[in-house]
Amino acid sequence: MAISRDSSADARVDVLVLGAGPAGLAAATAAVHAGARVTVVDAGPTPGGQYWRHPPGSSPPGIGQHPTTRVYRMLAETVRARTRYLSGHDVWAVERDDDGFAAHTVHEGAEVTVHARRLVLATGAHDRSLPFPGWDLPGVYSAGGAQSLWKGHRVTIGPRVAVGGTGPFLLPVAADLAAHGARVVGVFEANHPRSWSRHLPAVTSSVGTFLRGAGHVATLSRHRVRPRVRHAVVAAHGDDHVEAVTVVRLTPEWTVVPGSSRVVECDAVAVGWGFTPRLELPLALGCTTRLGADGSLVVRVDDHQATDVTGVYAAGEVCGVGGAALAVVEGELAGLAAAGARAVPDRDRLARLLGRRAQLRRFAQAIHEVYPVRPGWLSWLRPDTLVCRCEEVTVATVTNAVHELGATDARSVKLLTRAGMGWCQGRMCGTGVAALAGAEAGTAATPHAFAERPVATPIPLGLLGRVEKPPLQPGPAPVPSHNRKDRPL
Amino acid sequence: MSPPPPTFDFDGQAIPFRPGQSVGAALLAAGIRSWRTTRVGGRPRGMFCGIGVCFDCLVIVDGQPNQRACLVPARAETDVRRQEGSGHGNLS
Repeated sequence: MAISRDSSADARVDVLVLGAGPAGLAAATAAVHAGARVTVVDAGPTPGGQYWRHPPGSSPPGIGQHPTTRVYRMLAETVRARTRYLSGHDVWAVERDDDGFAAHTVHEGAEVTVHARRLVLATGAHDRSLPFPGWDLPGVYSAGGAQSLWKGHRVTIGPRVAVGGTGPFLLPVAADLAAHGARVVGVFEANHPRSWSRHLPAVTSSVGTFLRGAGHVATLSRHRVRPRVRHAVVAAHGDDHVEAVTVVRLTPEWTVVPGSSRVVECDAVAVGWGFTPRLELPLALGCTTRLGADGSLVVRVDDHQATDVTGVYAAGEVCGVGGAALAVVEGELAGLAAAGARAVPDRDRLARLLGRRAQLRRFAQAIHEVYPVRPGWLSWLRPDTLVCRCEEVTVATVTNAVHELGATDARSVKLLTRAGMGWCQGRMCGTGVAALAGAEAGTAATPHAFAERPVATPIPLGLLGRVEKPPLQPGPAPVPSHNRKDRPL
Repeated sequence: MSPPPPTFDFDGQAIPFRPGQSVGAALLAAGIRSWRTTRVGGRPRGMFCGIGVCFDCLVIVDGQPNQRACLVPARAETDVRRQEGSGHGNLS
């Protein structure tokens, strides 16, 4: 594999945006319009991130219908025409240097380092997964995985599909599958949206989002699918791939209602439990975090999306999962601030953005309160259920680490069992291991136990040897602020 | 009549793909759901997260083991093979 430093990439720019999803595109566009020289680095082949994912050479799905597609087109055109846009670049480390920051990326096996005075972190989120018996069988996908296979590759995950988990994201996943040839054998929402009635002000201010949700329900209804609430897929069955799932009715705390279990035949299952912000780069830079409303670690930012590290801004899901519309608003704020526009504020524009951000954050907060992960899921586990997919660590191994070996939290469980030490570095099992370790040890779950990863993405070892000063010194240890009383989101 | 789609080789089998598709997506579209075995239990694995985060879909591409099938773009000249365990069995 060729490894070389791309010296042509070394020109210093004003603003470097990491991530080209809704937040990153909005940040780059705002910064360019404010007169900054901007570079955008993204791992994907096309701009848009996960939300606006689409096959190269095509447009995002629903073009001309979806209200945000117009926004996407405007932002992507600006980024392509007026920034240095580097697609297919994986950022593996970011560090402070003499005059700002350096981002180390890998592009087709070669190292490309990009320098900038200020950074906007818009690294997004990935699915939050929970272990359950059989979740390691081929044919089980994260909900976002199923969605990305359709959006990005025009492939449905199977002819007969079950969809389960919690949160409004399950509806578009199921609707896309149903609309494109898959038979959706059921949509199983573990929470009960009845509690929306407590959040009417937040709902009425985000009618558009609600109408889109209603549209997905209508699509499913046309395909004779009626989502079931307080139901869950609690096990997947098959020898070498999924052949069926166990579906149960849940109590309000998510334990199984006795006698409610039934087996549903299917070829694939998509399961999602919300999202986990991707915090590797903010943590490496030393940005302070806090516990978000959904229990995830998120970056703490001010009104201008500035983190507490000078010159570093963050926008979108890394600041608290809130969807694409919020990410675009936060991105615009971050881009303006990173471009130095704070010195010459357009006060009307700023006030409008801050108002919209507050409104969308209220809506996100309501979603997190209606669709939390409740503790009863732990009762679905069996001793032989894999918790860590990479290192093939079972529930029994984790409970043994707590009760026989004296582990007291997720970090000591990780050290004793290797759970979270494999290829994915705890990105898939972190939530599950932290919850299981906490429940077994009688301590609070510690979501930051798996969050710090000095190398943000796997790189060829030879590449480290070529870097003069490997940027592997993390910033100051992040303050685990889950015990603070700040209002989340 | 449109020309037949391009294909890549998967253990001797021609797998059709659409331009822009990943190796993993094309395998899945061809009805192949798993293409590696785990290091400890020898269990079959395919795709899970679909976006390059979980590393479940590892596969040997052009002789290089441990490539993420969900990210590697499918190309006509690509040689794709199932991966056993760590993918480095030829070295032992």
